[in-house]
Amino acid sequence: MPKRTDIHSILLIGSGPIIIGQASEFDYSGTQACRVLRDEGYRVILVNSNPATIMTDPEFADRTYVEPLDPDVVAAIIERERPDALLPTLGGQTALNLAVTLAERGVLDRFGVELIGASIDAIHTAENRERFKGAMTEIGLAVPASGFAYQLDEALKVGHEVGYPVIVRPSFIMGGRGTGIAADEEELGRLAATGLSASPISEILIEKSIAGWKEYELEVMRDNADNCVVVCSIENLDPMGVHTGDSITVAPAQTLSDVEYQRMRDAAFACIRRIGVDTGGSNIQFAVDPATGELVVIEMNPRVSRSSALASKATGFPIAKIAARLAVGYTLDEIPNDITRMTPASFEPTIDYVVTKVPRWAFEKFAGTSGVLTTRMQSVGEAMAIGRTFPESLQKGLRSLEHGRWGLNCDPAEAVLDAVSDDDLVRQAGVATPDRPFQLEAALRRGISVERLHQATGVDPWFLDQISLITAERSRLTTIGFQGVARRDWRRAKRLGFADAQLAWLWGVPEADVRAARLAAGVRATFKTVDTCGAEFDANTPYHYSTYEDEDEARGGQRRTVVILGSGPNRIGQGIEFDYCCVHASFALRAAGYDTVMVNCNPETVSTDYDTSDRLYFEPLTYEDVMNVLDVEKEQLLGVIVSLGGQTPLKLAGRIPPELVLGTPPAAIDEAEDRERWNALCHRLGIPQPDGGTAADLETALSITSRIGYPALVRPSYVLGGRAMEIVYDGEGLARAMAELAGFGTLGREGGLSAERPVLIDRFLEDAIEVDVDALRDATGEVLIGAVMEHVEEAGVHSGDSACVIPPPTLTAATIGVIEDHTRAIAEALGVLGLLNVQFAVQQGSVYVIEANPRASRTVPFVAKATGVPLAKVAARVMVGATLAELRAEGVLKPPAPGAHVSVKEAVLPFNRFPDVDTLLGPEMRSTGEVMGIDATFGLAFAKSQTAAGDRLPEHGTVFLSLADRDKAGGLVAARRFVDMGFALAATEGTARYLRDNGVPVAEVVDKVGEPSNGHRRTAVDLIGNGEIDLVVNTPRGRGPRADGGYIRLAAGVHNVPCLTTAAAALAAAGGIADWARHGLSVRSLQEYHDAGQQTLRL
Amino acid sequence: MDRGDALLVLADGTTFEGEAMGAPADVATGEVVFNTVLSGYQEVITDPSYAGQVIAFTYPHIGNYGISEADSESARPFCRGVVVRELARRPSNWRSTVDLDTWLVAHGVPGITGIDTRRLTRHIREAGSMPCAFGTADEATLKAAAAAERGTDGIDLVAGVTTPARYTTGDGPLRVVAYDFGIKTSILRQLGEIATVDVVPASTPAQELLTQRVDGVFLSNGPGDPAAVTYAVTNIAMLLGQVPVFGICLGHQLLATALGAETYKLPFGHHGGNHPVQRLRDGAVEITSQNHNYAVVQGSLASADVTHVNLNDGVVEGLRCRDVPAFSVQYHPEAGPGPHDARYLFEEFRQLMSRAQAH
Ligand SMILES: Nc1ncnc2c1ncn2[C@@H]1O[C@H](COP(=O)(O)OP(=O)(O)O)[C@@H](O)[C@H]1O
Ligand SMILES: Nc1ncnc2c1ncn2[C@@H]1O[C@H](COP(=O)(O)OP(=O)(O)O)[C@@H](O)[C@H]1O
Ligand SMILES: [Mg+2]
Ligand SMILES: [Mg+2]
Repeated sequence: MPKRTDIHSILLIGSGPIIIGQASEFDYSGTQACRVLRDEGYRVILVNSNPATIMTDPEFADRTYVEPLDPDVVAAIIERERPDALLPTLGGQTALNLAVTLAERGVLDRFGVELIGASIDAIHTAENRERFKGAMTEIGLAVPASGFAYQLDEALKVGHEVGYPVIVRPSFIMGGRGTGIAADEEELGRLAATGLSASPISEILIEKSIAGWKEYELEVMRDNADNCVVVCSIENLDPMGVHTGDSITVAPAQTLSDVEYQRMRDAAFACIRRIGVDTGGSNIQFAVDPATGELVVIEMNPRVSRSSALASKATGFPIAKIAARLAVGYTLDEIPNDITRMTPASFEPTIDYVVTKVPRWAFEKFAGTSGVLTTRMQSVGEAMAIGRTFPESLQKGLRSLEHGRWGLNCDPAEAVLDAVSDDDLVRQAGVATPDRPFQLEAALRRGISVERLHQATGVDPWFLDQISLITAERSRLTTIGFQGVARRDWRRAKRLGFADAQLAWLWGVPEADVRAARLAAGVRATFKTVDTCGAEFDANTPYHYSTYEDEDEARGGQRRTVVILGSGPNRIGQGIEFDYCCVHASFALRAAGYDTVMVNCNPETVSTDYDTSDRLYFEPLTYEDVMNVLDVEKEQLLGVIVSLGGQTPLKLAGRIPPELVLGTPPAAIDEAEDRERWNALCHRLGIPQPDGGTAADLETALSITSRIGYPALVRPSYVLGGRAMEIVYDGEGLARAMAELAGFGTLGREGGLSAERPVLIDRFLEDAIEVDVDALRDATGEVLIGAVMEHVEEAGVHSGDSACVIPPPTLTAATIGVIEDHTRAIAEALGVLGLLNVQFAVQQGSVYVIEANPRASRTVPFVAKATGVPLAKVAARVMVGATLAELRAEGVLKPPAPGAHVSVKEAVLPFNRFPDVDTLLGPEMRSTGEVMGIDATFGLAFAKSQTAAGDRLPEHGTVFLSLADRDKAGGLVAARRFVDMGFALAATEGTARYLRDNGVPVAEVVDKVGEPSNGHRRTAVDLIGNGEIDLVVNTPRGRGPRADGGYIRLAAGVHNVPCLTTAAAALAAAGGIADWARHGLSVRSLQEYHDAGQQTLRL
Repeated sequence: MDRGDALLVLADGTTFEGEAMGAPADVATGEVVFNTVLSGYQEVITDPSYAGQVIAFTYPHIGNYGISEADSESARPFCRGVVVRELARRPSNWRSTVDLDTWLVAHGVPGITGIDTRRLTRHIREAGSMPCAFGTADEATLKAAAAAERGTDGIDLVAGVTTPARYTTGDGPLRVVAYDFGIKTSILRQLGEIATVDVVPASTPAQELLTQRVDGVFLSNGPGDPAAVTYAVTNIAMLLGQVPVFGICLGHQLLATALGAETYKLPFGHHGGNHPVQRLRDGAVEITSQNHNYAVVQGSLASADVTHVNLNDGVVEGLRCRDVPAFSVQYHPEAGPGPHDARYLFEEFRQLMSRAQAH
């Protein structure tokens, strides 16, 4: 069937902020869908609250709403736009749930909106675990036995029925509290108790545990003519019990015979047909008993998913793109295969390489987490690597993570395992953690048998044997020695994925010598092509990966070529914002007639879509791998862009030949990063900085603080995301901080940073307003101020974790003037060519500079959405020589037009995944994503940003306040406004007294948790537990998660009560609620905001 | 496992470096073809249709799940050799009884591993499948051997793989005679469910078959050039109209030839498990298992309709006679290895036979 002509406009829902479990993959799928649907001539209306996404660029949809993904808001958008259809299957769980709510509330019927892609019934059958199990049993597919329980005895009964071990999953809870595996009655009793109390509806699912079974995923597509294909099969290295999102996964499946694989394929088709996903992609998870081959279905996701993004990158089959076409009526055989062009999409990709995905975690940022991998996903990002064999792709994948590892051991970091005894090593490997692969290799190196490790870990013997090939080669190479290696040895080593750096370490020679000797021996990287068909047909898409073979298929381009280095796996502090910048650069440069080449290893992203750039090299972002690409491209190579992918490419800037680095020269980058030189520069320019100094030991540190006084900010140099940064209030605190920094474990992992570097100690500016500036300088010296952003939370809360506002709501014109001048001066002094981000702190009207980064910052996309200035695009052009004047003439650069609206960026934090971690904000960044609220006033925009972040502010009810002394004054103002708006107040003793003394009524005074009750008062936790509190304002008092505040914030988290941890945020919220009450909800598209902005300029 | 360096040399002189595996061989020769399946190497290697050929697998890791006797498509492999990128050292699968390497040695099949099989595939894709030689001998010897190797054109390879004597298998209600041109076990399994199957040597004269009750005749898959199996064509011509006939792969080509069609050799054939075939009846797409180098010339047939076409390259994938009860497909509905999408064709054969019985 050709495409549908009875629908003209389609509403697409994005997945909102980046959170654990929903990352850039939905920007990739959404962006693809937008492109396809517009190519097909449909009017596309997009809603997504995440400003950092590429899909929310005004040019990707006819109407782009950066509004909260909230039923009321989306209903308002539907009422305003009247789309014919809603496509909910490309925006993750968020879009799917939202679509269901809209349908159930009758919104879709009321406005005659047709749900395309998946029916409500299909969604329900797939998402509701009980209905799903029923459906599977109906079609003769096995599922793990299970039952629900509402009381303890019930739980034990179910446990007895399904048989131990069992896995317990409380219903409707976030973060897996009370989830776990029980081996017997006693353990179940304990787990069930916590589980039942954790579940708000005290319901738990008890399921037979098949932990240790092999876990598989099939990515399946179906069209409206009932044609089904499997796009990709994926096998998990970590067996059942570790979430697929936290597992090392491999494509294609490695240890299934064709008989078993075809059985799984038949089951997958039966499943998608029974669930009734009419068109599009689905992800179906299976488990296989390694001893008997018994097959059970685990779950199905009736939508594109993280795995389908992986499958698309792994095979070259663009699932989201095709799903979008199928949703508007095409059948698979009517859609051409992009890559071969000659053959249709109605086939099953076959590949001639191995793909390995490795997750990246951020446990080091969440004190109190065990770091153990369970059935709930905890990773914040992932890297994918392609090699001709599993060992090669595994080693490439591990070095892609940028966690300070160069491959599978054979690097300095492997030393941590040396001291561990054999038995302990096996025991450690038995518990799934991020270190498992390294423990396995170390164990094999010690001669511990594959059988024993298989017993201990459940990892399939095939994988273990493949790892032991790496181990064997390592010992061969050790005996041969650097002098002895012949061509054949180099070839074997490289084919097993060894990096030059690993070999250099192994032989104790410089990496440069290894590379030189290897090239002299004639062993160089060859590039192969990802073509969906194992080379059976000619490929038109230059999507390459490196390996060590005879034939090299990569060819440089005909036009001047710019290589763009991406940002690698998502991590806290470096995520989708940087992918946005790289993709924009690629688009802008292609439009300007350059060939663009993307190098990146993050499968979730738009940058690794094969048609984003002229050529895509799916490679780790290490010196060796990047140089290999530059070699292929050298003919037409104009240069390399290192300043748009965050810290990752910036770290390489120093090693790439300087003449190849486009934009701000490496020397200047270093001047901004190097503390001494940076101070000198500020001094020269007369720009005030917080007093401070650098210390290597406690005495020096104390002498500094005696000069600058307390509180002081202590941190290691050269760190992103405020890693390990701490505010100390006295000598004791300083001593503790210094001690921690001295013996720094995890820091070493983070890309070559080390504890040897001196510690930075700054005067901590209290109650200072933090300000971010994104600016741009061209070769003529003209500086463009993209935007000045005022933070809501005071300095001390990491810029990445605090809300910020355009235009600044409280800064005076004079202060803004000073800030802009300082920014210009710094840009000039550093000789910036391209983007510059400067952070300031304003204390009692005087402006201090905190830091400057001559690179794209996290806020670039936010600024672009708020002002309509495509900073990244402009920066890319400027870096290859265009001037701002030329770009204005070309129309690429429109003058910044703030317009009449206010934009608020709010951070989204992953605390619900880490139940035991305190939600306090500090100088260490911990947010995974961000949302944007736009509206006529600051209050409204702030309120929207809170709703978008999942903390919808209450319109009435009771506000609970518990304020640290230094926050009481600020809190008082907020409290007054709450009372004026008719809220009742509850507070802890001290706060209550302060408020009452200042004439603010407090309805209920509560006890501190865990303290002897004076009288019969209830505690804040009781109130929150009873649902009597609608908003919590709790600012830090004392240290450590177990302080009273800790319990309060924990309770708020569990019961989903919005919780603000700064007086500033409370004040903003009060303003928001007030405006909300006055104006009510209104929605507007970015296109409208931007046009309005340009209007106001013209007047 | 390191059994020394070996070379693969193509008839056009192209050379590849690798290491010996499987049965030791200084020089092994055959026509090299590539197969794109991700799983199912055992079924492929034991498919008699590969007689005279050297199989190069495009998927690098081969041997991962070992060998499970039940999965063999014939009593022994007939192919001349196996070319892989990475032979698995230690297989892992609950059904596996032996590793691929040991099994190849046991069956005297030589192989070569460590080859840049993607380069080989791209070369064959451009230059066409061609004779090759591989082994531990020196380059000159192998070059000469490759040049001397005849390949498969015009040779009757069926004679070498067909059963020497008639035998019976299956327990279905109907009675089917299956011409064994190199029949796969998966086919017999499928036929065996609907019929009791008498498997007869390829050269069995048609008259002999019709002496006792026969509900249908099946024409099996097999190796090589249909034009070289003239005796089969004559027999099929005599059977048409007498009994319902169903052919697969070579059987399909022979049926077409008997009906007067021409066949031709594809540049590098179809060998894999992911080819999209459209059923013209209703437009449905089947993902199919394929293994053939020769095909029926489009439009060279007056008396039959094309029922299936290959969506990749338009090759004729299925035929149905207009006036006599006979049909055939070029691909492998029995799978083994490959998808089960087309198993319904055996049911259609059953219905065709039942209908014929009715009158
Ligand atoms: N019955 C079980 N026994 C052991 N592990 C399980 C079981 N069911 C699921 N798991 C593990 O939990 C993970 C998440 O379960 P899943 O049903 O996929 O939920 P999600 O929706 O979070 O993906 C799976 O990837 C698997 O590793
Ligand atoms: N002297 C200071 N006084 C108050 N807050 C500070 C000071 N220096 C840094 N901060 C806070 O710490 C956060 C992180 O510091 P920053 O230098 O930006 O590190 P990063 O490079 O990780 O962004 C800043 O966003 C700011 O909130
Ligand atoms: Mg899952
Ligand atoms: Mg900063």
